[in-house]
Amino acid sequence: MNNDSLWSIFINACLINNFVLAYFLGICPFLGVSGKLDTATRMGGAVTFVMLVSSMCAYGIQNLLVLIDAPYLKLISFIAVIASTVQLVEMFIKKVSPVLFRALGIFLPLITTNCAILGLALFQTNKGYGFAQSIVYALGAGMGFTLALVLMAGLREKLELAKTPDIVKGTAITLMLAGLLSMCFMGFAGLGN
Amino acid sequence: MGHNTNSIPPTGTDEFLKGFWKQNPVFVQVLGMCPVLAVSNTAENALAMGLATAFVLLMSNIVISSIRRFVPKQVRIVTFILVIATFVTIVDYLIQAISLELHKALGAFISLIVVNCLILGRAEAFASKNGVYRSMLDGLGMGLGFTLALLCLGGVREIFGYGSLFGFQLFGERYQEWVVMVLPAGGFFTLAGWLLLFNWFEQARVRKEDLKLKEEAVV
Repeated sequence: MNNDSLWSIFINACLINNFVLAYFLGICPFLGVSGKLDTATRMGGAVTFVMLVSSMCAYGIQNLLVLIDAPYLKLISFIAVIASTVQLVEMFIKKVSPVLFRALGIFLPLITTNCAILGLALFQTNKGYGFAQSIVYALGAGMGFTLALVLMAGLREKLELAKTPDIVKGTAITLMLAGLLSMCFMGFAGLGN
Repeated sequence: MGHNTNSIPPTGTDEFLKGFWKQNPVFVQVLGMCPVLAVSNTAENALAMGLATAFVLLMSNIVISSIRRFVPKQVRIVTFILVIATFVTIVDYLIQAISLELHKALGAFISLIVVNCLILGRAEAFASKNGVYRSMLDGLGMGLGFTLALLCLGGVREIFGYGSLFGFQLFGERYQEWVVMVLPAGGFFTLAGWLLLFNWFEQARVRKEDLKLKEEAVV
């Protein structure tokens, strides 16, 4: 069992070890969906929600696997659960709020291959977090992901107005911006200890 | 990627070689970024990660192309992911058996090969539509191209960040290390640098072709 306080877990997942900028998890949506501010916000919300649900499921599965003594099934069952959670969430949102469903569009199914979610499930079992700790960890990670995405989208919207040479257009300049953001987040390293 | 407008079907060698340059997964297609950035802080980690990914890619391409006729369209993604997850579990235990130190250095990123978009991308775009032999060559080529790209990144970051390559000191005792290169920010900067280099080559090539076309038009 791990005895970290809930507050320190949250700050740790959200700022100090930001999933995108320090662990390099979920880079694909980070580069792909950070073009506009409002899509970035919605994507962040959807990812946070899936993180919360799959983190709870992962906690249950881990206990079950320990019970039946089959650790080698961990990866396979995690990914299966995440894929079906995303599917369920998709159906649920479609039924309850078609407007939100249309707004999220293609991003929902793509969440399955977002490594931040599988990474979260693996990290929380490695660290031995309890149920409440897992939920707070998932919430922090989701908020951190949203924060990085929104910051990046803001930067890129400004970038469109700036004059950039042809050769750096596209991914190259985005990566440089991400590097600068990552350096900024290094400043949080002293927090929370 | 839309280049095959000529009527000659690509040969086996073409399928193998396209992963290295023309359709390099990292520099051209920008796929599988997470492991590329996360474990490329030294050349050794980069090589190990690249080979592990190449192995999973090769095996999953072979299996998926051989079962492609039996899998219903609706559940294909889930099936692909489960096949990939099986091979990743094998690799995970294999690396643990070979070197515990390496397993610790790569950490959760071995497990995260499952969600590497490169592998699922090749399964969906190539292996589910082509025969076993072609898929095998494609997987091998893409995997080695991915390894090459990881080595490019890992090499540069290790040389600047630690002043060494594969653990051998290059610059002697008094080298001032660029700590930022082995930190996350350095990963972003190095990849941006390599992409710039690739863009530059590509632009030079396009310009040359334009020039040639113009000359032909004049003649």
